Amino acid sequence: MSDRPSPDEGLSPAELAAKYGLAVSGARPGLGEYVAQLWGRRHFILAFSQAKLTAQYSQAKLGQLWQVATPLLNALVYFLIFGLILNADRGMAREVYIPFLVTGVFVFTFTQSSVMAGVRAISGNLGLVRALHFPRASLPISFSLQQLQQLLFSMIVLFVVAVAFGSYPRLSWVLILPVLALQFLFNTGLAMIMARMGAKTPDLAQLMPFVMRTWMYASGVMFSIPVMLADHPRWIADVLQWNPAAIYMDLMRFALIDGYGSENLPPHVWAVAGGWAALVALGGFVYFWKAEERYGRG
Amino acid sequence: MAEARIPTVIADELHIVYRVNGAKTGKGSATAALSRILRRGSDDTARGVRKVHAVRGVSFTAYRGEAIGLIGSNGSGKSTLLRAVAGLLPAESGKVYTDGQPSLLGVNAALMNDLTGERNVILGGLAMGMSREQIKERYQGIVDFSGINEKGDFITLPMRTYSSGMAARLRFSIAAAKDHDVLMIDEALATGDRKFQKRSEARIRELRKEAGTVFLVSHNNKSIRDTCDRVLWLERGELRMDGPTEDVLKEYEKFTGK
Repeated sequence: MSDRPSPDEGLSPAELAAKYGLAVSGARPGLGEYVAQLWGRRHFILAFSQAKLTAQYSQAKLGQLWQVATPLLNALVYFLIFGLILNADRGMAREVYIPFLVTGVFVFTFTQSSVMAGVRAISGNLGLVRALHFPRASLPISFSLQQLQQLLFSMIVLFVVAVAFGSYPRLSWVLILPVLALQFLFNTGLAMIMARMGAKTPDLAQLMPFVMRTWMYASGVMFSIPVMLADHPRWIADVLQWNPAAIYMDLMRFALIDGYGSENLPPHVWAVAGGWAALVALGGFVYFWKAEERYGRG
Repeated sequence: MAEARIPTVIADELHIVYRVNGAKTGKGSATAALSRILRRGSDDTARGVRKVHAVRGVSFTAYRGEAIGLIGSNGSGKSTLLRAVAGLLPAESGKVYTDGQPSLLGVNAALMNDLTGERNVILGGLAMGMSREQIKERYQGIVDFSGINEKGDFITLPMRTYSSGMAARLRFSIAAAKDHDVLMIDEALATGDRKFQKRSEARIRELRKEAGTVFLVSHNNKSIRDTCDRVLWLERGELRMDGPTEDVLKEYEKFTGK
């Protein structure tokens, strides 16, 4: 449109871009830059998780009361089946078994729902990914955060159950906080791994419920692993006890329940709990970041 | 023109391909899906993944201060091209270079119908990358602009209770609250009643003044003529014409038989 020949005449697009300092659109930022971007979006991550949590029950007449009622009913069903009908409480007194079971269900549900939400974090929000700019890890992190808030509601139920069966608040209850923090890190890492896999293969959303159920039954949610597997080779029980879901459940029970002492915990339990959290959180984050520029493809 | 023109967006031989699962011709049955899995490893077409080549080798350079219209029939790749320029859709081959972060005008995907209008304003603002302080500052402006509260206190009701017009007005008001370097508008102009349309057109003009470069997708030739000084015409994913608005629109109108 100008009459004189432009000084940029004859430059290739790449050279022209370099001359005026244009950057490739949608390129993946470096890891440090990415972390900084995520930190800049922390308000969005928190607001999005709270919005999802509120939206969940906004049409129900009882409204947010379901946040507490749902886990309570859940625990009741498991108690009915495993406590009353199947008598899975072998080797445990009733006042230990009930809080043992409820803790197991809630702690495992935390991981389970983080994984399930993670699978659909990208594939179920493709509209959002294709409309707005934000570091995509905001989505799986936000969904794990939603599950953490959901668990905090469940903890109210859990405290009531513990007290009702004779485990009163004591100093070891403080340990609940580091256990929750470690499990949250572990879950977030897992959610990021699942988010990347689910973005490429949405079929995982169909498959994961079965994987998660197998994992649940193998982690001793409703029975004590060493007692149940007493007449099997020792290593099977060891492997099951070292799996992260069982570790976090056992630590939570140890912190909360009076009659569940350290003799029920595998050796080096805190190191294992921290190791799993660090490994999965860091590994998951890097794994997710590596595909950052491709999530819009769906 | 005395000063040199500064490029803000450069597209270089851009190709965009969508992959659609399970859209092989005819039968979408379980056996078809199974054979698709078994044939894994061979190329995409054999596995029943249909490829849609939405943008084919588009190149152009946009300069600061330009308002560029994108025209073409439905499915010609206009929206896809915008998303690729914004860096939201990865390119199959070719590259897009941009100055700063181009953004699409629209926050629909971030809003939730079950939340109150109030919370959606905050959520939408955060999703667009505004800070909490910025949102607080502009909150009243957004609500007033949308006119939601003209007929009572609707902003504290869930968005699902809004009429479609009211919801569209709120969505536009949130989206238009942010300033952009490179602004892209995808047929978002005609929402709400006549009064609101006038207001939103004025707001778009304002945004255009603030933004370095504007892209506008529209099927309304009048609004293209009003806003744009350059037009890109896409047809079947290819750039058919690129030039001053009048020249391109004349050809386009001949093509569409108007």
